[in-house]
Amino acid sequence: MKLTKLLASAALAVGLATTAFADGHEKTKVGFVYVGPIGDGGWTYQHDQGRLAVEAEFGDAVETVFQESVPEGPDAERVMTQMALSGADIIFTTSFGYMDATNNVAAKFPDIKFEHATGYKRLHDNVSTYDARFYEGRAVLGHIAGNMTETNKIGYIASFPIPEVIQGINSAYLHASKVNPDVEMVVIWAYTWFDPAKEADAAKAMIEQGVDVIMQHTDSTAPQAAAQEANANGGRVFTFGQASDMAAFGPKPRIASIIDDWSPYYIKRVGQLMDGTYEQTASWGGMPEGEVVIGEITDEVPASVKAEALAMVEAISNGTYHPFTGPITKQDGTVFLAEGEVATDVQLVTMDFYVEGITGDIPN
Amino acid sequence: MDLSSINWLLLLASLMVAATPILLAAIGELVVEKAGVLNLGVEGMMIMGAVCGFIIAVETGSAPLGFVAAAAGGALLSMLFGVLTQFLMSNQVATGLALTLFGLGLSALMGQGYIGIKAPGIGKLDLGPLSDLPVLGTILFRHDAMVYVSIAIVIAVWAFLKFTRGGLILRAVGESHDAAHALGYNVIRVRLMAIAFGGGCAGLGGAYLSLVRVPSWTEGMTAGAGWIALAIVVFASWKAGRIIVGAYLFGGITVLQLNLQAAGAKIPVEVLSMSPYLITIIVLVVISADRKRAAHNAPADLGKSFHASH
Repeated sequence: MKLTKLLASAALAVGLATTAFADGHEKTKVGFVYVGPIGDGGWTYQHDQGRLAVEAEFGDAVETVFQESVPEGPDAERVMTQMALSGADIIFTTSFGYMDATNNVAAKFPDIKFEHATGYKRLHDNVSTYDARFYEGRAVLGHIAGNMTETNKIGYIASFPIPEVIQGINSAYLHASKVNPDVEMVVIWAYTWFDPAKEADAAKAMIEQGVDVIMQHTDSTAPQAAAQEANANGGRVFTFGQASDMAAFGPKPRIASIIDDWSPYYIKRVGQLMDGTYEQTASWGGMPEGEVVIGEITDEVPASVKAEALAMVEAISNGTYHPFTGPITKQDGTVFLAEGEVATDVQLVTMDFYVEGITGDIPN
Repeated sequence: MDLSSINWLLLLASLMVAATPILLAAIGELVVEKAGVLNLGVEGMMIMGAVCGFIIAVETGSAPLGFVAAAAGGALLSMLFGVLTQFLMSNQVATGLALTLFGLGLSALMGQGYIGIKAPGIGKLDLGPLSDLPVLGTILFRHDAMVYVSIAIVIAVWAFLKFTRGGLILRAVGESHDAAHALGYNVIRVRLMAIAFGGGCAGLGGAYLSLVRVPSWTEGMTAGAGWIALAIVVFASWKAGRIIVGAYLFGGITVLQLNLQAAGAKIPVEVLSMSPYLITIIVLVVISADRKRAAHNAPADLGKSFHASH
């Protein structure tokens, strides 16, 4: 008992000594914790592009470190602690599942800034959260999808039933059904962010059941490849690049993409930390901030549809259009937004229902 | 629920495709474990096969060459495990786990320049009139060659273990390495060959993912398939025939649950998602329920190191 106590306090002392020492160094050390490999071609790849943008912006004044493929759970806490002990000044944790781990570690290192992506818990002064308004991009993709489908079945490979994903499904459906009232949303919950084989199987199951436009909220290119194979065998299936452009699969099946661009945010926050204007925030940028970008719309999409899609991007970017503008009814028939009413951020981040017209239940 | 929207013939066909990587990896591991070696590095060898197969297939433009390279890559990596555990007598469990981590890391490094590239297709095997059979043709006879190769490997392993002298020696080494040694058999050599075969099969399974099922290279793409293969070997109580049952059941229910979701089945998604694991385990436990015999199925010297001096 005594020995373990001694060891624990020794470890703590070493830890404190290292952080104290770290405060004195000249370079700003920026840490990133990734949920997938940087080569996933999607989510994590885009965060890593943001990290590289920070290096390019500040040059020798910063030093970045990252750890990839960190499981959401106790391992994440260990990795963050390790990063904090090795002198990081700010740590970006880039997956929803790191929420509790980030807050736990932040409590132990009050002098280090923590930034948690896509979460909502800020239990300590040194924890900020940041997210991107992906639903803005989904609205544009939904508009294209509704125009492109011939079978009137749009597939959506969803990851986990969290508000961010549900916003995307609702936003896509609202805008698809606006141009094509007969459209049906086929949702498959993969319960993973990254499992190429499972994502491929999900895409194949959809295609076999007559889905001809597939959207995904999982990170690999496997659904694109599955659609490509179906097209090679005489099919007509379209997909959208997710998180990253996935341009290799254009011009068909990939007809457009929703790209996460974290560079502006990372550069802004690291810059603020360096010049002392850093404050705790809950940031939620979108198309106006350049954090959500629509990739090239290929010529498979009719020119008129492409023009409408670009007009929507323009309207969302300059703030004249909000994808969740009433009247919108919930699946159970109750009113979500009255005519002309715009959803508040609180309504969006707590979204746990489908809008009217989508069948099926959200798992809880 | 609209079950009519599910095309059951296509579903049964995609079941075989979904099960093939696990089937290949599991049958390889079965041979390894029958020889008394527990190699937990299946995941690492699979991903090595996936990346080696993909690189060679892209560079040469030939998918068959890719599969050959995948088997070689998996076998080569397994030899690392072989040397460490058989000659240097390291702990098999720890070495196997390390092999998985090493394989994941090394494959990520090797695959750096191959992300986002498409693999050359392997093409469906033309079985002539068989492919045109109604129902059976769609389900059984319109696959790529590797599906049939995997079944052929399972049958060959079953026949080898049951009917040949070599199979008897391999089982003897797994049951009692001291006895086999006393009879004059080279325990280490038999085990090394079994480990290499297991690595080759795992490599093929990995390449089936990167060349056929997905088909492109992404880091960490096996996403736990190797662990499923390991579990299937145990629940199949080390019998080749049951490996087919286990792998096809797992693959089948994986595909079925996705189809049920797409068809809007009124079953909670959580239940559907865990059903492949649950049902596979239950079925395999039930068919090997005879406890007296099941206990004899595990090779007696599984996981024990052998040294000729004692």
